[in-house]
Amino acid sequence: MTNSSHTNVLDIRNLSIEFSTTRGRLKALRDVTLTVPKQKIVGLVGESGCGKSTVIFSILNLMAENASITNGEVVFEGQDILKMSAQQLQSLRGDRISMVFQDPMTSLNPVLSIETQMIDIQYRSSANKKEKRKRAADMLDHVGIPDAIHRLKSYPHQFSGGMRQRISIAMALLAKPALLLADEPTTALDATLEAQIVHRLRQLQKDLACSILFVSHHLGLIAELCDQVVVMYAGEVVEAGDVRDIFHRAAHPYTQALLECDPARIEKATRNLPTIPGDIPDLVNLPSGCIFQNRCSKKVKECTTSSPPGYRISPTHTANCFLLAKGDDI
Amino acid sequence: METTNTSTIRAKKSELYIFIARFARDPLGLFGLILVLLMVLSAIFATWIVPYDPIALDIMHRLEPPSMEHIMGTDQLGRDVFSRVIMGGRIALKVALISISVALSCGLLLGLIAGYGSVWVDRLMITFFDTIRSFPTIIFALAIVTLVGPSLNTIILVVIITTIPVYGRIVRAQAQSMKNNEFILAERAMGAGVPRILLVHMLPNIIGPLLIIASMDIPAVVTIEAGLSFLGVGIRPPTPSWGSILNDGYSFIRNTPWLIIAGGIPLILTTLGFTFLGESLRDIFDPKLSKDI
Amino acid sequence: MWIYLAKRTSLAVVIVIIAISLLYSMILMVPGDPTAVILGPRSTPEMRDALRADMGLDRPAIVQVGSFILKVFQGDMGTDVFTNRPVSQIVFEQLPYTMILIFAGISWAIVLGIPLGCYSALNRNSFIDKLTGIFSVGTIAIPAFVIALYGLLLFAVQLQWLPAIGAGEEGDLVDQIKHLILPAFAIGLGWVGYLSRLVRASMLEVLGENHIRTARAFGLPEKLIVFRYALKLAILPTVALMGVGVGYLLSSSVFAEIVFARPGIGKLIYESVLTRNYPIIMGSVLITTIIFVLCTMMADIINAILDPRMRENL
Repeated sequence: MTNSSHTNVLDIRNLSIEFSTTRGRLKALRDVTLTVPKQKIVGLVGESGCGKSTVIFSILNLMAENASITNGEVVFEGQDILKMSAQQLQSLRGDRISMVFQDPMTSLNPVLSIETQMIDIQYRSSANKKEKRKRAADMLDHVGIPDAIHRLKSYPHQFSGGMRQRISIAMALLAKPALLLADEPTTALDATLEAQIVHRLRQLQKDLACSILFVSHHLGLIAELCDQVVVMYAGEVVEAGDVRDIFHRAAHPYTQALLECDPARIEKATRNLPTIPGDIPDLVNLPSGCIFQNRCSKKVKECTTSSPPGYRISPTHTANCFLLAKGDDI
Repeated sequence: METTNTSTIRAKKSELYIFIARFARDPLGLFGLILVLLMVLSAIFATWIVPYDPIALDIMHRLEPPSMEHIMGTDQLGRDVFSRVIMGGRIALKVALISISVALSCGLLLGLIAGYGSVWVDRLMITFFDTIRSFPTIIFALAIVTLVGPSLNTIILVVIITTIPVYGRIVRAQAQSMKNNEFILAERAMGAGVPRILLVHMLPNIIGPLLIIASMDIPAVVTIEAGLSFLGVGIRPPTPSWGSILNDGYSFIRNTPWLIIAGGIPLILTTLGFTFLGESLRDIFDPKLSKDI
Repeated sequence: MWIYLAKRTSLAVVIVIIAISLLYSMILMVPGDPTAVILGPRSTPEMRDALRADMGLDRPAIVQVGSFILKVFQGDMGTDVFTNRPVSQIVFEQLPYTMILIFAGISWAIVLGIPLGCYSALNRNSFIDKLTGIFSVGTIAIPAFVIALYGLLLFAVQLQWLPAIGAGEEGDLVDQIKHLILPAFAIGLGWVGYLSRLVRASMLEVLGENHIRTARAFGLPEKLIVFRYALKLAILPTVALMGVGVGYLLSSSVFAEIVFARPGIGKLIYESVLTRNYPIIMGSVLITTIIFVLCTMMADIINAILDPRMRENL
């Protein structure tokens, strides 16, 4: 992935983040590098706890109090977000970068009406309240909320989970962002709703000509929606490439195992669903060597002693695995 | 996520050690502990510490300010105030211990019955608890005093009656949330009877937080005793109580400030001490508060 | 919403009825002759017989309690045997003074406590936060009547800056306010502590919730987030606390009225205790209890109104 920075809307380079916990320092992200090119949809895949949400929140610099950035930069449209002042950050958020949150139940303020919240988001606009209300209603309509203009006055708890998720998406699109961050926006929804939302997202991406960073652990969704995919495991990027590279020519053992475990791939009826044996390693006391070694079926000697660097498999495809050592290093 | 051995090794560190380490880091908690020890020890060893007999009269030397002979001065009957203050600690402690332990036991019992029993039993208890809690404490106390007559035992009775509902509610809430816990259901499936479930299984889990809450009630109980004695409906003279010293001080406020100052100091120290200590203990045991990392 | 209102009100009514029964039965539970208790040690057998007949003490207990409950709901709490005036009249005469005192006390607690709590939450671990923390615990711990006595000693007796006795001249507002300062300060101080701690904890909890993160992610100005998104939610528990606060303040005001020789329920009750005038005491306990029940009920209802999650659709 050696696109030069002016064609990338987002450039994360060697990002490392640690959390202070009662047990010690938790190395949540280690040397994470990922790029989101202009007008592309990039999927970020990994199981729960791999650090996907941490990456997303670092882009807006909205991390928890006990987090510290130990290394790296998050460059958005040429500027390092991590070095921005509070003022600069505030002007960026909800304007050039917009986010759809994972949990619709708790992401909306319970004591304010949807109208209030959606009008507040538009505070930068010089339009009057009536116009802002109309924009809000239109956007709700766009995401499929029936009778939008009246439902504006309702409160979050009066909507179902699926509706709330759609409201979150509508809110994120009120701005016209250059980058839309979607943190598992369909996890709380059922399959039909999921398909609808994905369809709308694709449509909106075309209309707004924005980029999307789409976080999910749902492989089928990623395959359908994304142009490029980044695979993370336990705080590291293990593989990245075009969607075809990942799904047809997966190079990292973790990606391969993940694809094998996808229930959608099962051809024969079976009682036992495939899983990856073992557990995620302790991120407070990291083992030396490759992060995936204790669950990898293709381990070699070097895996226990050092961490594999990124190997380029093709101009668009890289993976961090010693098994690729015969190719070029990056 | 924790599968390596190092994490289990850490867990083996003695829990007591962790507790003491955390407690030692809280200056207010330590300060509270010192005050509490001061109060408790002086109350226990009162008879040996007091320089004078608390009820011995010495009219010649009435209402004297603090001096070398009388550290806190003398009251209107010439009695040494310091001795009375020390002795007063005994009364405070006695009332606190007796009333809280009785209220705790009864509240525990009633709360378990309410929490574990049927819906109607529970509703009955709750309404009963809420009614008693609706009476403003001191005003209710005065009503009982009118009927039963003023004495220390009346105060103890009043405190017991008004604190049982507080503990009862807490125990009930805990019992209710535990009622449907898996291990309780398992016990029932094995045919364990109600008393056994209540005593052997629920009790140990409820007692911890309850004790901390009870210890935080000590300042309130001491205050009630002092307050009622101040009003003259508590301890019978000549037995000293901090409240009665304050009463004397109030009557003679224009003659000397020292009685009021002397009567207030032990109350302030005791209430501050137990409160700081209780807060510190609660901070340690309440996981919700360990957000400071 | 209406269902909640109905439920809450009926609960309050039930509690009041039980309270009345309890208070009345206490006379009957005392060993000996209730009329002797009511009339006091200086009563004669004739007085006692007359009272017994008048109060219907020869009827079965349930009937007595029942008829008393009915009478109370009609506003009749019996007659004072010494002055022959209705108990309710005597109590209601003194009530306004106590309510003014309580209102003054809780007002200054709110005015100081809530902003302090807010500031502490927003500036965690700052010097003011730490100071407020210690100060709060301290003032909650120290009994109100001790503060009242020390205040009296220092400001009224020693320094003579403020008056020591009474409620001030009728019609002279400034004088009355001067007389209110010390007692209101004494009973309200502990509540400054309670409120600031609660607001701080509440704000911190709300500020850590996901929806605040959402608001930040949209770049909303911090002031807007604090006041509209956080505070509105954080304030809810304080409403409930203040309902309970009235009950405690009723007790503290007894001491404040006695220490500062102010008119009010406290003084009335105290004098009645000395004369063993149980009807007055019972009436006072009843009325203060009903006020307490009403206040907690209103606090719960206001909470329900402010929190849209609690409004049920009809």
